[in-house]
Amino acid sequence: MSSLPGWKALPPGCPVQTPLSAANNHTGSWRSERPIWNHEQCVQCGVCDMFCPEACIKQTAEGFYEANLDYCKGCGICKQECPTQCISMKQEEE
Amino acid sequence: MGTRKGMEVSIGIAEAVMMADVDVIPAYPITPQTHIVEHLSELVADGHLDAEFVPVESEHSAMSCCCGSVAAGARTFTATSSQGLALMHEILFIASGMRLPMVMAVANRSLSAPISIWNDHGDVMAARDTGWMQIFVENGQEAYDHMMWAFRVSEDHDVLLPIMVNFDGFILSHVVEPIEVWSPEEVKQFLPPYKPPYRLDVDKPWTFGAVGIPDIYLETRMAHNEALIDSQKVMEKAWDEMAEVVGRKYSVLENYKTDDADIVFLTMGGISETCMTAVDQMRDEGKKVGVIRLRMWRPFPFAEVAKELGGRKVVLAVDRALSTGGCGGPVASEIKAALYPLDKRPQVVEFIAGLGGRDVTIGDFKEMYDKGAAVAAGGAVPPYEMVGVRA
Repeated sequence: MSSLPGWKALPPGCPVQTPLSAANNHTGSWRSERPIWNHEQCVQCGVCDMFCPEACIKQTAEGFYEANLDYCKGCGICKQECPTQCISMKQEEE
Repeated sequence: MGTRKGMEVSIGIAEAVMMADVDVIPAYPITPQTHIVEHLSELVADGHLDAEFVPVESEHSAMSCCCGSVAAGARTFTATSSQGLALMHEILFIASGMRLPMVMAVANRSLSAPISIWNDHGDVMAARDTGWMQIFVENGQEAYDHMMWAFRVSEDHDVLLPIMVNFDGFILSHVVEPIEVWSPEEVKQFLPPYKPPYRLDVDKPWTFGAVGIPDIYLETRMAHNEALIDSQKVMEKAWDEMAEVVGRKYSVLENYKTDDADIVFLTMGGISETCMTAVDQMRDEGKKVGVIRLRMWRPFPFAEVAKELGGRKVVLAVDRALSTGGCGGPVASEIKAALYPLDKRPQVVEFIAGLGGRDVTIGDFKEMYDKGAAVAAGGAVPPYEMVGVRA
């Protein structure tokens, strides 16, 4: 089911052997809801990007913002901080 | 054969740690363990031992410093007792979970409150499930020998786990006994230098003790548990090889006059020696009684205990600690778990003895035997008894 190592494959004590390898862990699987940007209201200020504690929100070529769902945990801070209230949270199961 | 010297057991332990050529000793003094680290600090200060002695501000710091020094690749020793072990508690899991080999001598002492500096096994039983290997020694020679042995087992690449060598505070730590010391050649033959499989290294940066998300934590616990269970093989091999080097053979548990015994005591630590004397006297009176002394506590030798106790009528389990509000004695509880799968089980009569330094005498063992004999004759098994408690 998964590509994660079995217990026999772990090095004793589980040291992290590759610097910066935490990025390989796609922790977005914890998310229960995702942020959706309404581009008609968005003024492209980037406040969502600045406040994102995961630093997973990036500006697209068109100037709008989106979250990298490999890492976004759905905390909703972007929605809370957005000055135009253009971000809504959508349940993952919907 | 090495030279025999009369010395205080704590000093003997410190001398053995020096023989093991330890690199780092982070330690905080606490009664009754103090003489060990006091003597080690003298050995370092006087230039007899080339090691770093780190006088830390608490036991929490001592164990944290141990973790750091082992992660840096250094052979590491510390010692503690009672409240000190309790203060280390948080870091004990980190040392074992990070699979950091080190040796800690624990001079067993009861826990407060009320304040007691005297001996029982309450301190280590509260640290039972920290994932460390744990053994109990019963005399000065065993304590001395098991320092070299403990480093060897702990640092084995098939183990890589910390180990507590438990010995009774005061009853053992402060007595003078004849101890046969090892020669430098014997140490060299038995204990290779520590070669860590990996360590903290600025040229090869790794992270030790990182977060274990739900996707991985379960697997680390499985690996840790299996390594602890498998450490028994490495322990047994090291005991065999120690016998070849110094001529003393130890094992997981030891029998004393048990061949034809219907009733056997099961003991751990220093009271085993009093119990053997009691057994000698009862044998003279024609009673078929023996004692099984348990040396290895973690991992617990379920198969060996079941094999040795399975055919008996009554087991007299003598604990030195109380699982308050629970099963009574932690050792008895484990013994019952070992015996439960057997078709024919002995009755287990449980005693909690010698809490907080209360003496356990030969007469006490004889009374325990009489209670076991009543059960062997068909009497009901009584609930666990706090030996000698005043009504």
